[in-house]
Amino acid sequence: MKTFKYIYLFAAITTSLLFVQCKDEDDNVIINATCSDGILNGDETDIDCGGPDCLLCGEVLDFSGTFIQEDQMGRPGINTVFGTTGFKNAFNVTVPSEMQAAFQSKFQTNLLALNPGYTTNALPNGGLDAATFTTVLSNDVLWLAQSGITTYFNGTEILTGRTLSDDVIDVSLLLIFGGPGGTDNPTLTSDGVPTNDVAFLNTFPYMAGPF
Amino acid sequence: MKKSKLFAIIGGLGIATLSIFLISADHIDAPAVAGTKADITDFYAFQGSNSSNFVFAANVQGLLTPGTPTEQATFDETILIEFNIDYNNDLKEDLVIQAIKRGDSMYFFGPSAPAFSGTEGTKSTIATSAPNSVKISTTTDVQIADKNGMKFFAGPREDPFFFDFNQYNAILAGTATGFDNPGDDTFAGTNVLSVVVEFPKSMLPNAIAGVNPYAPNTPIYNVWVETKRKQ
Repeated sequence: MKTFKYIYLFAAITTSLLFVQCKDEDDNVIINATCSDGILNGDETDIDCGGPDCLLCGEVLDFSGTFIQEDQMGRPGINTVFGTTGFKNAFNVTVPSEMQAAFQSKFQTNLLALNPGYTTNALPNGGLDAATFTTVLSNDVLWLAQSGITTYFNGTEILTGRTLSDDVIDVSLLLIFGGPGGTDNPTLTSDGVPTNDVAFLNTFPYMAGPF
Repeated sequence: MKKSKLFAIIGGLGIATLSIFLISADHIDAPAVAGTKADITDFYAFQGSNSSNFVFAANVQGLLTPGTPTEQATFDETILIEFNIDYNNDLKEDLVIQAIKRGDSMYFFGPSAPAFSGTEGTKSTIATSAPNSVKISTTTDVQIADKNGMKFFAGPREDPFFFDFNQYNAILAGTATGFDNPGDDTFAGTNVLSVVVEFPKSMLPNAIAGVNPYAPNTPIYNVWVETKRKQ
């Protein structure tokens, strides 16, 4: 699969860039007094309470109550791409084990609306036809490998996690528009933005500081 | 199929029914959550820099511009952010990591078995175990907690998502026939509120193989994130 080779090259280049760019924030992590460190410090009036930052002393943290689902996300862009008016809200409040029954056929309709020429895609072993592809996607969970490389796609590994630098949009566009060889509709299979606008951190919390 | 026809179909659909098609990974993906503090923009799950660890990251409240909008963005004490882990491939959560704000800190529970799972999983109660916590960071004060073998962060971060959304809109509107190369990252220069937790893989039972056809021998967890509002 030639396209995959190019993506692999791209991934290799962009990955290498990650190691030469580094925000100076890396070395600037400050551990301050907090309202939960178990000692009287900062402006606290007693251990972890009082002062301008912490809860009032004597106030017990209340974690009671029932919480009801409002939004859900496994893989990137699933609801935005395959959801349409009328069931986007419903999708967000559905549990994964019930998604396929409720949404697979709707996803398939929308896939074929987006790309009426869809037959199969560039995934290995002949790709996935519309029904199989939308079955996988309608179960909106992210696969995460217990061991080894975790990536949405890096040219070799496929759907073993999602890192910050994965170009998930290009993967999605390629699989929706690229056809079995990944070569169909070439102006629709990459958005030309292969990397983030700033470099990520190599250590926790990995995401770069805000602008 | 001729491309012109494809574009016409995409364009027509885009204007008619898919007006916010692919606005981003999950930013403002549906009317009910768009613009609320429960709106998930992205979810990441990957092996940490220490390969014995997993990292889960959830971003909410996207498209924060620098300055005041980012500085004044806050987590909501009525919104529970819940990472879900299924280790036996029945698509039902076996373990959850829960995060919720109280005062100036984000409190984390788990990984622990949820009170409700599967069809009941739209509902949650917060674990009764002792939480770990981290003071919520600001744009200038970065706080990381390292407790009980886990690391915790909550606060504003640069939005890691990248996509030429404006050009995509132009394609949908029929004023462009494809993407540019290079494209222009519509999300450059914007921030999100992030919750990040890193924890030892050993806190989870083993996953099972045969889940991912492209890695058939690799044990795979199903993971996802949800936001839930206190009733």
